Amino acid sequence: MNLIVPHLPVLQVAIPLIAAPICVLFTFGGHRKLAWLFTLSISWICLLIAGALLSRVVLETDISYAIGSWPPPFGIEYRVDPINAFVLLIISGVSAIALPFARLSVEKEIESDRHVLFYTCYLLCLTGLLGVTITGDAFNIFVFLEISSLSTYVLIATGVRQDRRALTAAYNYLILGTIGATFFVIGIGLLYMVTGTLNIADLAERLKPLSDNRVVHAGFAFIIIGTCLKLALFPMHAWLPNAYTYAPSLVTVFLAATSTKVSVYVLLRFLFTVFGPTYDFVNLTFEFVLLPLAIVAMFAGSVTAIFQTNVKRLFAYSSVAQLGYMMLGVSLCNIPGLMATILHIFNHALMKGALFMALGCVVYRLGAISLGSMKGLGRRMPWTMGALTLAGLSLIGVPGTVGFISKWHLILGTLESGYWPIAILIVGSSLLAVIYIWNIVEVAYLEKETSREQTLKEVPMTMLAPLWVLVILNFYFGIDTDLTTRVARNVAATFLGGG
Amino acid sequence: MSNQSALILAILIPLLGGIGISLLRRAPNLREACTLVSSLVLAFVVYSLLPKILSGATVSFTFKEILPDLALEFNVEPLGMVFACIASGLWIINSLYSIGYMRGNQEGNQTRFYIYFTIAISSSMGIAFAGNMFTLFIFYEILTLSTYPLVAHKQNSDAKSGARIYLGLLIGTSIGFQLVAIIWTYLITGTLDFTPAGILKGKIDPTLLPILLALYMFGIGKAALMPFHRWLPSAMVAPTPVSALLHAVAVVKAGVFTVLKVVIYIFGIEFLSETGASTWLIWVASFTVLAASIVAITKDNLKARLAYSTISQLSYIVLGAALANGLGILGGGLHIVTHAVGKITLFMCAGAIYVATHKTEISEMTGLGRKMPFTFAAFAIGSLSIIGLPPFAGTWSKWYLALAAANAEIWTVIGVYMLSSLLNVWYLLSIVAKGFFAPADELSDRVQPKIQEAPILCVLPPCLTALGCLALFFFAEHIVELLRPIAS
Repeated sequence: MNLIVPHLPVLQVAIPLIAAPICVLFTFGGHRKLAWLFTLSISWICLLIAGALLSRVVLETDISYAIGSWPPPFGIEYRVDPINAFVLLIISGVSAIALPFARLSVEKEIESDRHVLFYTCYLLCLTGLLGVTITGDAFNIFVFLEISSLSTYVLIATGVRQDRRALTAAYNYLILGTIGATFFVIGIGLLYMVTGTLNIADLAERLKPLSDNRVVHAGFAFIIIGTCLKLALFPMHAWLPNAYTYAPSLVTVFLAATSTKVSVYVLLRFLFTVFGPTYDFVNLTFEFVLLPLAIVAMFAGSVTAIFQTNVKRLFAYSSVAQLGYMMLGVSLCNIPGLMATILHIFNHALMKGALFMALGCVVYRLGAISLGSMKGLGRRMPWTMGALTLAGLSLIGVPGTVGFISKWHLILGTLESGYWPIAILIVGSSLLAVIYIWNIVEVAYLEKETSREQTLKEVPMTMLAPLWVLVILNFYFGIDTDLTTRVARNVAATFLGGG
Repeated sequence: MSNQSALILAILIPLLGGIGISLLRRAPNLREACTLVSSLVLAFVVYSLLPKILSGATVSFTFKEILPDLALEFNVEPLGMVFACIASGLWIINSLYSIGYMRGNQEGNQTRFYIYFTIAISSSMGIAFAGNMFTLFIFYEILTLSTYPLVAHKQNSDAKSGARIYLGLLIGTSIGFQLVAIIWTYLITGTLDFTPAGILKGKIDPTLLPILLALYMFGIGKAALMPFHRWLPSAMVAPTPVSALLHAVAVVKAGVFTVLKVVIYIFGIEFLSETGASTWLIWVASFTVLAASIVAITKDNLKARLAYSTISQLSYIVLGAALANGLGILGGGLHIVTHAVGKITLFMCAGAIYVATHKTEISEMTGLGRKMPFTFAAFAIGSLSIIGLPPFAGTWSKWYLALAAANAEIWTVIGVYMLSSLLNVWYLLSIVAKGFFAPADELSDRVQPKIQEAPILCVLPPCLTALGCLALFFFAEHIVELLRPIAS
């Protein structure tokens, strides 16, 4: 054991990275079905590692791991602290829960000769997201961001049953994602120009005397815009709805629950660890850029969601609104607000994971996902629709669910800052969520089913079990908030205290 | 059985009953037996707590701390005891009635109906025994959500739009105002525990106090304070047992119960009367009392008329709370009981008339009293009790409420109570008069009316509650004794 434990940080990324090319080998010799099993086991190993890392950083201290034993700041450093250990756990946890669901869903949606490549890309995407999160090196973030993005473009382009609209969605995302990444790398370049370092901790130290430097300001702006594009902050969200709508169900579940969250993490890292709220230009960004955009996102996303007839797209727009909540929490720049963001990274992963997984079950049986095709589905697929409704309640923020915990902290944060009109806007926008969730509930439970729906059966257990695990977690972490709030409080205090 | 386990059981028994109902869905007789047994057991458990509370002790239980200083916590105190007793007691009678009504009417989806009913009762128990505002809010929302399928039961377009208004207004007010008020309270006091003298004193700028109170009062949409009362008439699309137990007892009383809890334990009666922050509420509640009564007169649909009457009566209790003195609280608490017994009688009679004759409009009910003498007799007694005439229960609650107004020296409020009682006479007794004394529409009925009552399970329950109205007139002092500690 002692041989492995010190190397856990690098193994977290190296295992899926090495697994990806191995997975390709399953193309040969009729072992295609093993690709899924292999990906599943890798995911579970990643989850175990992430769990071990989190328990270590929460109970003991932060971990610094020097790649190739080159001491930081000269070599690449992997640095694990509570916030990124938490995000690692979310990424690998969602992957570990989503993959058991994926076997049937992928078999139905993607033709069999592509399965192996699909899972290979999935592993690369997992690698990228884990890498972005764990690394303590700014340029390394960019590298992993590209690994995850490139594999995501492929995953989205696969499409449900070769839906050609997935190609344009992926292309759109490719263009915008690349612009985002370019902005990000230009920003890193500018900071490197001034400071001569890429290590995040070192960068933070060296930036301290440079708060009036124009180049630093420009670098900051580039980085913020780049990450905001990746996390789909309104009005830079244009790539998201189509990408989520046309991607295969597994990809939507995984991306909706993890990829934007990772970008939120990167943003937090730069705003608080590298720059810190002590700088005037950071505070101005909070007040005059992020705050208004977050509020507009909350409403624009929810209002657009109400008018969607494609349910996957509906929840995609709802994600835009939910990202608005997260950014609002960031821009409040106080403990409850920041806690709300960190909690919501986790909580939103649980609810959107469950929602998109339930939609995956509907696609599995129905093949379509328009609101009109879901008439009376509550009777035919009671477990799927029950899960969808309960996860929807969590999205609304009904007490007893995780959504409530996030909302509580967010409102507490706005009131603490004295922004009471914003508190009213938050509750207003969550009432919009009631409208679009209830559109679905009414169609599914109160409409008469047509003859087409009468022949439908519930999806198999292997799909329902992971779905209900997520639904139950939605309620479990809504009541037992020890772990989540402890981590969130810890992190928020470090971010605001340490600068 | 220890008191603590009785407290936990009170919340769990209905849920266990619900599980039993879903397992027995293929055997309707056993399923209904399951409902009845759980209602009996629940009432037994709740009443077993009564002696303890009467002796002045409290029973509490902390389940889990969800957020810092915010635990899922239960605490039995007199007011909650009164609410739990009335809700669980009337659930037995309503279960009998439900069986008669649902079968007599051949309603569909009966298993679903009974299951959601149990969840609603369980959350009412949660509200009654909540130890802090946070716990109360959780159960308040569960109650709203669990009654949605009951309101939308018929699944036609009327039911759908009615249920939409129902959910929209209740969720809208509770998240839009009440949650903000709760978080605001938590932010300035650091606690949400129900504390006898209130928690706000000295923590809040008195000029902001009326605003916080308004957020609470309009946020508790279940109390149906105007202008957020529309959900209650909309909820009348539900089957009558739902209107009877939930929209005359459990849901609406959960609303006014929450109002009383907030006034007593969050604001504190003394603090409110010192600052005068509730003066505006007196006028809003008075307006609701009168306006809803006047609207009730214009309604020809029997259930709609009863719904507006309920809105008016609920504001009696809010008014009692707004007067911010002990007598007002006492009267309000008592009115929760007396109005519940009276109004459930009226609703069950309305349902019995519907089952027997399929009539819903009052104008069609001329001479019906001679065909359905038991139903109309029960209706007459329920009406008299709500009007507040001796020897029926409603007398006492109006008595205390009027005393409270006199004590606060706000004479207009006494006028409001008097005027509204007269309006009650108008819109309730006119139905009785029409039933018994007006000549019947059909010629054959005029000569020799035949008795055509609804099935026994539809007629017996309202007769029982009508007797209850009479009995409570003589036993009201026990309730007053129970409530006295919180009103002093």
